[in-house]
Amino acid sequence: MGSLQAVTDASFAAEVLEAKGPVLVDFWAPWCPPCRMLAPQLEAFAAEHGDRIKVLKLNTDENPATQRKYAVQSIPTLVLFEGGQEKQRIVGLVNSDELKRRLGLSG
Amino acid sequence: MNAEARNVVVVGGGPAGLAAAIYAGRFGMAPLVLEPGLPGGKLTLIDRIENFPGFPGGIGGPELAQRLDEQAREYGAEFRAVAASAIRRDGALIQVATTGGEVAARAVIVASGATPLRLGVPGEREFLGRGVSYCATCDGPFFRDKDIAVVGGGDSAVEEALCLTRFARSVTVIHRRDRLRASEVLQRRALAHPRIRFRWSAEVIAVEGGDQVEGIRLRDLQGESRLPAEGVFVYVGIAPVTGFLGGQVDLDARGHLRAAEDTATSFPGLFAAGDVRGKPLRQVATAVADGAVAAMAAEKYLTGD
Repeated sequence: MGSLQAVTDASFAAEVLEAKGPVLVDFWAPWCPPCRMLAPQLEAFAAEHGDRIKVLKLNTDENPATQRKYAVQSIPTLVLFEGGQEKQRIVGLVNSDELKRRLGLSG
Repeated sequence: MNAEARNVVVVGGGPAGLAAAIYAGRFGMAPLVLEPGLPGGKLTLIDRIENFPGFPGGIGGPELAQRLDEQAREYGAEFRAVAASAIRRDGALIQVATTGGEVAARAVIVASGATPLRLGVPGEREFLGRGVSYCATCDGPFFRDKDIAVVGGGDSAVEEALCLTRFARSVTVIHRRDRLRASEVLQRRALAHPRIRFRWSAEVIAVEGGDQVEGIRLRDLQGESRLPAEGVFVYVGIAPVTGFLGGQVDLDARGHLRAAEDTATSFPGLFAAGDVRGKPLRQVATAVADGAVAAMAAEKYLTGD
């Protein structure tokens, strides 16, 4: 799935929870059709806002511990973390404009 | 004003709207498609479509959506990421109000689709993505070896219940009537399935849990009870998206736009294609057929043929 960096159960604490700035995590799996549509939208978002918000993808098939810990039972789900805490959750397919709007980045 | 009017505005970018845009584009009508989300409509939720003619072995929903989108652009369709919010007659024109300003159109093709109906009970919204789902193909694998429930008794509900048995330990179908509405074949398979149970004449009154869904509160002929479940899949029907038409277009008894064989509605210059209209078969194949016919009908309407 494109150019976004992946995060795993093993690297989640260091890459997400202990990160200095906000991190947006894309919970996805290869069998999920809307996840395939979200990927290019997220890449466009990261190209524009990657300097302010780190964007990482997490494969829920390969990283079930993190999926269970955050009770993600519908994908795609985007979770915004800041200071080790969940700040916002977006369930379902969104385009990059809608994503910017929901995260308060548009305009 | 007249100079800026579009020949045809297509409301909705699912398969019906995209097919309408392809045909209208080829007729030289330079269609404008209003779609606030991503193109493809319900295609975006389908893993593989196995019955779309011309694709033996099937084609992925997102991939078909992308092809339709590309093809529409190839023939000059323009897209605007806004939703239609109202229409009004303005002489020979139809003014379409959107979330991003008004557009004047000589003809409008409504392909706004239908959305799944919600239960409208406490907990449903709170647990969306934490156990409440409207898409078994998207979320089924998260419920491996769990006890889950499907709400509804029609074809979709029973089909999804059968599909979910691939993952879940048990699937309880909750239906407000005492028998299924689904087709004979599906009914027989579901009723005979060892891991599908039924709660008849039962109504969901709440979805409950902590961090995620843990159970469902039900009311049936015996009174109130709680069914332990870690997932709730809701298939209680679809609602055609017609609110923005403000009651100016005739609907059928089930709330779909009433449209003729040529997709014409009771509102001159306004045509209906896809899931939003009353029709006997709701498939991608019939959605694109509607779109093609609607483009032809709009073209005829504009040329006064």
